Amino acid sequence: MFPSSSIMSSLKAVTRVSANLFHTTAINNEVRLLTRLRVVDNSEIGKRAMMEGKPPKTIHVYNQKKVGFIGDKVMVAIKGQKKKGILVGMKQMQKPKTPRFDTNNVVLIDDNGTPLGTRIFVPIPTILRTILKEKTRSKGADYTKLLAIASRFV
Amino acid sequence: MLRKICKVNLIQNNLINSQYVIFRHLSAKAELNEAAESQEKKKTKKPKKALTDMRFKYPEFLPQPDNRLRNPVLERIMRKDMLDRRTQINIPEFYVGSILKLTISDPHSQGKTNSFVGICIQRDRTGLYSKFALRNVIDHQGIEVMYDLYDPAILKIEVLKLEKRLDDKLIYLKDALPEYSTIDVNMEPEILAEGGNIPVNDTVVKMKPFPWMQKWERQGLKGVEDLDKHLNLWRKQQKVKHDSPWDKYDLMKEYRKTITEEEQSEIFSEIFNRINKINEQHKQKAKAARRTISKPQNIG
Repeated sequence: MFPSSSIMSSLKAVTRVSANLFHTTAINNEVRLLTRLRVVDNSEIGKRAMMEGKPPKTIHVYNQKKVGFIGDKVMVAIKGQKKKGILVGMKQMQKPKTPRFDTNNVVLIDDNGTPLGTRIFVPIPTILRTILKEKTRSKGADYTKLLAIASRFV
Repeated sequence: MLRKICKVNLIQNNLINSQYVIFRHLSAKAELNEAAESQEKKKTKKPKKALTDMRFKYPEFLPQPDNRLRNPVLERIMRKDMLDRRTQINIPEFYVGSILKLTISDPHSQGKTNSFVGICIQRDRTGLYSKFALRNVIDHQGIEVMYDLYDPAILKIEVLKLEKRLDDKLIYLKDALPEYSTIDVNMEPEILAEGGNIPVNDTVVKMKPFPWMQKWERQGLKGVEDLDKHLNLWRKQQKVKHDSPWDKYDLMKEYRKTITEEEQSEIFSEIFNRINKINEQHKQKAKAARRTISKPQNIG
């Protein structure tokens, strides 16, 4: 026996509302389009954006999956400008031995891979040494400059 | 008609059987009836205290309790492998809430070794898959790292402070104020007297305002302040709605979650002698190392 049409319609309404109002799955904490990030270097634009309480938004992730993982390059919208950055700390689940951070951290860089700031305030994972070395191509952008301004590794 | 009678008979049989099953498979924690107890006493001796304490000390030696996923041969091989690994490295007794320092070989770092100090917030899974997570706040940034306990890359596990907390998992520290998970990286180890009880740290943490990672108010946490002041009316109502205070009386639920006492004593009596020998060897090694350091060197 099927329930009467009135019950079905009300059920539909309930499901529609519930789907809009809350998550039915666990939160992934992934870096996707329009995810807010935290700038952790002392670049002028990054510091001012964080002070004003307007952290940058991800507007593009430079990989096939369109989901940012550790060491990936992203483009962010920050104070009305487009800047590139590298993800140096992730909130989502990580493999064993890779640290998981409470916030999604980003360090701003320019097109050559040179960081805009001169210091990174928070620890960064050691696995970035290998990842960034692999991503660096000769005659391309050199991302390993970021490692030189890090204050601490975990 | 006949079917109905059959059904009734079946149900009755099931009921009798189910009573019998519960009676037979009582877990280690549940209390027996008085009559049952007297019968049990006649049949079996009670295991020694040293054996029954091992389930807290070495929880990873117990298999996971889901019967559908169990493989007795694999479990036995794993236990042997775990003991073999323990001959190579001293894996000390620690609990959720203890403060650990872990040194690990790291191909990415410059010195080829890396160390992390943190509070143990979680112990997961069993056997060679057993994992634990450490948490610390460094430079105002909360960091959590998950490690495999039997990872061959681990060089040293040190317990800086041996204590328990009020809860089985401290994942809520992520949403608590940072002072509760901030630990000095250069902390010196605190030595406890041997043979005593493990102290229980009864700190009650204060939470940050919303948003939270999980619905902490529904989990019946003991180490967290009263959360009602953070909740709005809707969330308070939902908390009451989803509460299930009868769960602690559900014997079958507990049976499915735990390993029976008979099986536990079987497993631990199998490893008891060897693990004690291994621990003794590590103690002697540590003593010898201390002696060599204290010796003054006379040259000439």
